[in-house]
Amino acid sequence: MSAGTTTSTSSAVSLFAPTKLVRLLSNLQYPAMGITGLLFLWWIGGLLIQNNENLSAFSAFAPAPAFQALYDLVTSGEIWAPITSSLYRILVGMTWGIAIGVPVGVTIGYIGVALKVANVPFQFLRMISPLAWMPIAVMAFETWDSAIIFLLVMATVWPIIFSTAHGVRRIDPNWFKVARNLGASGPQMLRRIILPAIMTDVMAGIRLAVGVAWVVLVPAEYLGVTSGLGYAINDARDTLSYDYLAAVVLVIGIIGYGLDSVCNLLIKRFNWHVE
Amino acid sequence: MGASLSIDYVTHQFSPSAAPTLKDIDTRIEPGEMVALIGRSGCGKSTLLHMMAGLLIPSQGCIRINSRQISKPSAKWNMMFQKASLYPWMSVKENAALGLMFAGLSKAEAVEKVDPLLDMLGLHDKKDVNVQSLSGGQQQRVALARSLATDPDILLLDEPFSALDAFTRTALQEEVPAICRERGITMIIVTHDIDEAVAMADRVLIMSQNPGRIVEELEVDLPWPRRHMDNGFQTRREELMNRFKGTDNGLQGRQQHTATDQSESAA
Repeated sequence: MSAGTTTSTSSAVSLFAPTKLVRLLSNLQYPAMGITGLLFLWWIGGLLIQNNENLSAFSAFAPAPAFQALYDLVTSGEIWAPITSSLYRILVGMTWGIAIGVPVGVTIGYIGVALKVANVPFQFLRMISPLAWMPIAVMAFETWDSAIIFLLVMATVWPIIFSTAHGVRRIDPNWFKVARNLGASGPQMLRRIILPAIMTDVMAGIRLAVGVAWVVLVPAEYLGVTSGLGYAINDARDTLSYDYLAAVVLVIGIIGYGLDSVCNLLIKRFNWHVE
Repeated sequence: MGASLSIDYVTHQFSPSAAPTLKDIDTRIEPGEMVALIGRSGCGKSTLLHMMAGLLIPSQGCIRINSRQISKPSAKWNMMFQKASLYPWMSVKENAALGLMFAGLSKAEAVEKVDPLLDMLGLHDKKDVNVQSLSGGQQQRVALARSLATDPDILLLDEPFSALDAFTRTALQEEVPAICRERGITMIIVTHDIDEAVAMADRVLIMSQNPGRIVEELEVDLPWPRRHMDNGFQTRREELMNRFKGTDNGLQGRQQHTATDQSESAA
C-alpha cells in the first residue's frame, strides 16, 4: 500500500516536470540579480535626490512614483498611442533600410571591386550621426513623420549593407560552382543559394540596425512631431511630470529589449551553422 | 542515355602572356564509355574537366557533347568535386533534389523523385537529417545523388574520393561505375591514383605537363566488378605505372611545377 502511494507521488511530481522548472528558474537567476541591482541603484539615486534640497523637485524620478505613473499610463491606455506611433516609424524605417540595404549589400559583396570602391564612402557616411541629417531631412520631406523615417533609414542601412556584404563575401565559392553546374539561373542562385547562405549575417545586421534605430528614434521624435515615445518624454519634461518621464524611459528600455530579443530569436531561427 | 564527348584541338592559357596550360588536346569519348584522366598535379587535367562541364571556356578549340559545342554548364553534364559542397541549410533530400528544383520542379516533386536514389545509395535513414552531421563518405554520397538526380548523360568526377577513408573509397569506386554502366552514363574521372583509374575506367588517358597534353592511352579490358587482388588488375596497374613513368619529363617538369600549380588553382 505504502509502495503504491510512493509511486503515485513520484509520477505526480514528474508530471510537473520539476527539472524543467528548475532549469527555467536557474536560467532566470542571473538576469533577476542584474535587474534587482539596477533597481537598487535607481532607488538609492532617488533617495539621494530626495535628500538634496537643490534636487528635491526631481524626486518623482524615483522608482516608486515611476512605477505608479507606469501603472496609470498602462491602465488608462494612454501609453499605447505613443508606443504605436514609435513602433510604426521603426517598422517603416526598418523596411526601407532592409529594402535598400540588402540589395546594395548583395551587390557590393558579390562584385569584389564594388566593395573596394564603396568601402570608404560608406564608412564615411556611416560615421555621421543620423541626427545630423535632420535639417536636410526637414527641407527634403513634406512631413515630420517622413523626415524622421528618413533619419531612421540613414541609421539602419549601414549595418545592414556591411553585414550583408560580409555575408556574401564569406559564401564558399564552391557553392556557386556546384549550383552553376546544376544549371541554376541567376534568380535561382539568388533565391536558393545566396539568400539562405547570408541569412544569418543579414539578421545580425538587422539586429544592429534595430538597436541603432531605436536609439535614434527618441531624439528624432523630440523634433516637430506630436506623437511617439520621444515626444512623450519631451511633453513630460515640459509639464514637469518627472514620474511620467521616468515611466516612459522604462517603456523605451523594455520595448528596446523586446525588439532585440525578437531579432535574436530570428537569428537563431535562420542560423544553419552547427554549434 | 550517355552522350559522346569530343575535345577538338583544345589549347588553353589563363592569360594571353602565360604559357599554355593545355595544348592541342584532341580526343573523343564514346557514349557510355568510362575514361580516367591521370597525370601529375598541375598538368591541367582538372582544368580540362572544368571545360567539359562548361564551367570554363577554352581559349582555342572547343568541346562538343553529342556534336554540339558547349558554352555553359548544364545538369546534363554534371560534375562532382573533391569536396561534396552540400548546402548546410537544406536537408539531405533537399540537397539531392536541388538540380531538379533548378530544372523547374516544385520542392515536393523534386524531393519525391530523389527518394529511390537516396535508398539506392544507402541514405534511406538520413533523408531528413542536417548534412553537417554526415560523415565525409555520406556527404559524398549525397553529392552523388544530387548529380544523378538530373539524369545526366555525362558524369564528370574531379578526384571525388580522394578525401575519403580507404573503405568508403573502395566501395564508391565499385558503386559509381556500376551505376554509370546500368544507366549508360558516360563517365570521366580525373585522378592521380593509379589504382582508382584501373578500378573505374575502360580507358585511361595519361597527361603530361608543361604544357598539358594527352600523351598515352591504355585500354583496361577487365571484367566488372574489378578486384584489386586479381592478377589482371595488377598487370594493368604495372603497365599503367610504366607508361606513366615513361611520360615523366623529369627535372624540367618538376622545376616548372609550382608555376603551373598556381595557374591551375587560379581557375
